[in-house]
Amino acid sequence: MSASAEPATAAARPAGMAAPARRKRRFRLAPRAISWLQVGPLAFILITFFALPTATFLVVSFWDYDRVGIYPDFMLDNYVELLTTPATYRVYLSSLKFAFIVWGVTLFLGFNIAHFLVFHVRSSAVRTALFLACAIPFWTSGIIRTIAWIPFLGRNGAFNQTLMGAGLIEAPLDFLLFSPFAVIVTYIHLFTLLMIGPIANSLSKIDPALLEAARDAGASRWRTMVDIVIPLSKTGIALGSILVFTQVMGDFFVVKAMSGGQSASIVSALATEIQAMQYPPASASAMILVVFVALMVAGMMRVVDVRKELVR
Amino acid sequence: MMVGGARRARDPREKRPWTFYALATLMGAFLLFLYGPMAVIYILSFQGPDGGVTFPMVGFSTTWFEEIWKPGQMANIPVAFWRSVALASIVCGITVVVAVAAGLGFRRRFPGSGVLFYLAVASLVMPSLLVGFGIGLGFRLFDWKPDLFTSALAAQLTWTLPFGLFAMFAVFNRFNRAYEEAATDLGASAFQRLRWVTLPILAPGIIGVAMGAFTLSYDEYARSTLVAGNRNTLPLEIYALISSSTSPTLFAIGTLTTAVSFLVIGGTLLFIRRMQRRRAGAARPA
Repeated sequence: MSASAEPATAAARPAGMAAPARRKRRFRLAPRAISWLQVGPLAFILITFFALPTATFLVVSFWDYDRVGIYPDFMLDNYVELLTTPATYRVYLSSLKFAFIVWGVTLFLGFNIAHFLVFHVRSSAVRTALFLACAIPFWTSGIIRTIAWIPFLGRNGAFNQTLMGAGLIEAPLDFLLFSPFAVIVTYIHLFTLLMIGPIANSLSKIDPALLEAARDAGASRWRTMVDIVIPLSKTGIALGSILVFTQVMGDFFVVKAMSGGQSASIVSALATEIQAMQYPPASASAMILVVFVALMVAGMMRVVDVRKELVR
Repeated sequence: MMVGGARRARDPREKRPWTFYALATLMGAFLLFLYGPMAVIYILSFQGPDGGVTFPMVGFSTTWFEEIWKPGQMANIPVAFWRSVALASIVCGITVVVAVAAGLGFRRRFPGSGVLFYLAVASLVMPSLLVGFGIGLGFRLFDWKPDLFTSALAAQLTWTLPFGLFAMFAVFNRFNRAYEEAATDLGASAFQRLRWVTLPILAPGIIGVAMGAFTLSYDEYARSTLVAGNRNTLPLEIYALISSSTSPTLFAIGTLTTAVSFLVIGGTLLFIRRMQRRRAGAARPA
C-alpha cells in the first residue's frame, strides 16, 4: 500500500478531466494527481518511518523472548503480565496526575498570555517582541532547560537564598527540588509555549468587529469571553491541550532528572526494559501507551474538528 | 509561529481596562519564570575555577568554557556539536522541501487526505522515545546497523515533518489566493506561478519552518537516543555528561548551545526583516 504508487494510476485517467475549463492546455494532470505527487514524499516518510515501526512493535509485542534473543510467536503473556502488575497502574496514575495538573496550569497561563498578546498589546512590534520572548527558551535544549532548575531550586539554590535573604523563611525549603513539585514546575517551564502558540493563532483570527459588536450590544467583559472568545479559540485550546498532554505522557527525561527517584514515568520504565533487551514486553507496554494516548487525543479531537479548522 | 497582526480599530487613547494590568503582570511574572533559571545557569557557567555548581560565585572566570575544548573527558563535545549541526542541516533541508510540497498538496481535497492528515497528527503526538524504539526494532529485525544519518535522521523526520506541515497550514491560511489567480490570468505557467509568485510570498513562513526544523533537530534527544548508533549528537553527549559530571562545565555547554540557538534565530529574523523591508520598499512607489 505504497502512496507513491498512487499518482501513477491517477495520471492514467483522462487528462484534464477535472481541470477548470478556463485553462487551455493540452496535457494536464488531474488536480488530485498533482496533490498526490506533492504529498507523496511526506506520505512515504511517515509510512516508512512512523507507521511501519509502530506496526513492528505491535507485532513484536506478541513475541516470545529469553535472555538470548526474541522469537516469533503469538502469545498474550506480555500484555497479561503488564496488565496484572500493580506497578503499571501506579505509573500511569502518577503520569496522569502530572498531565492533568500541568494541563490545567499551562492552559490558564497559555490562554491568558495569548489573550494579552493578541487583544491587549496595541503595537505590533511589542507583540512580536513579547511573543519571541516567550518562544526563545523553546529553542534551547529541553535537557539544558531541565537541569537549569537544579541550581535554582536546590537547597542552596538561588530561590531559597532569595527567600532567606528577604527574611521570608528561616531555613531553606526542602520540597523544592527532587520532588513532584520540581517535576511539575519543569513541565510548565518546558511546555507552556505549546499552549500559547496555537491559542494565539486562533485568537488572532477572531474579527475584532465581533468583540465590538458584543460590547455595543451590552455584553459584559465576562460574557464576551465566555460566549465569543472561548468558543472561537477552541481549536487552539484543543491543539495546545493535545500537545501538552502527549508531551507529559511521553516524557522520558524530566521525571528521571527532577523527581529524585520518587516517581517513574511510563516511558522511563519502558526504557529500562529496552536497555535490558526485553523487547517483547517493552513493545507491549509501548503498545498500551500508544493506544492510551491515541484514545485521549481522539477524544479531544472529537470535541473540536481540528482538521476542518487547520486545512481550509 | 508568529502571531499575525490583529486588526485593531480602537482609539489608542482609550483607557486601558483593569484586565490589561492584571494580564500584563501575569505576562511579566511568566517571563521571569521563563528566564530566571536560565539566567542562573548562564551566570554559573562563568563560575571561578574553585567554585561549584551552586551559588555563591567564587570569582569569575572562563575556565569552564576552556574545559570544553581541552582534550580530556569533554573531548567529544566539539565533534558532537558539528555532527549535530550536520544532521540538523539535513533534517532542515528535507523538512522544508517535503513540508512545503505537502502544504501545497493539502490545499485541494484529495482522496486519502484525511488518512494522511491523521497520520501526521499521530506522528506528532507519538511519545518520542517510542519512535526511536520502533525504528531501532525494525533495523534490528533486518540486521541493519543504526546510524546517525539513517535511523536517527528518520526518527527526527517523523517529528519535524508534521511540525513543518502544520506550520505550513498556518502559513497558507494567511495566503491570499488572488495573487495566484492573477498570475494565471496574466499567462504564467504553473511552474512560473510557483517560482515567481507563490514561493516568494510564502518565503518568510518557509524560513520560519526551516528555522524550527533546524532547532528541533539540533536539540532533539528522546527520538535519537535509541537509534543514533555509536556516534552521538550534542544532546546525547550532554545527557551522558549529566550523570557523570558535576562541574559547571555542563552549564558552560548549556550557555554555548543557547548562544548557538540565538545566533541561528537572530540571523534568520534579521534576514526575514530585511526581506520584508525590501519588499515594502519595492511596493511603495506604486
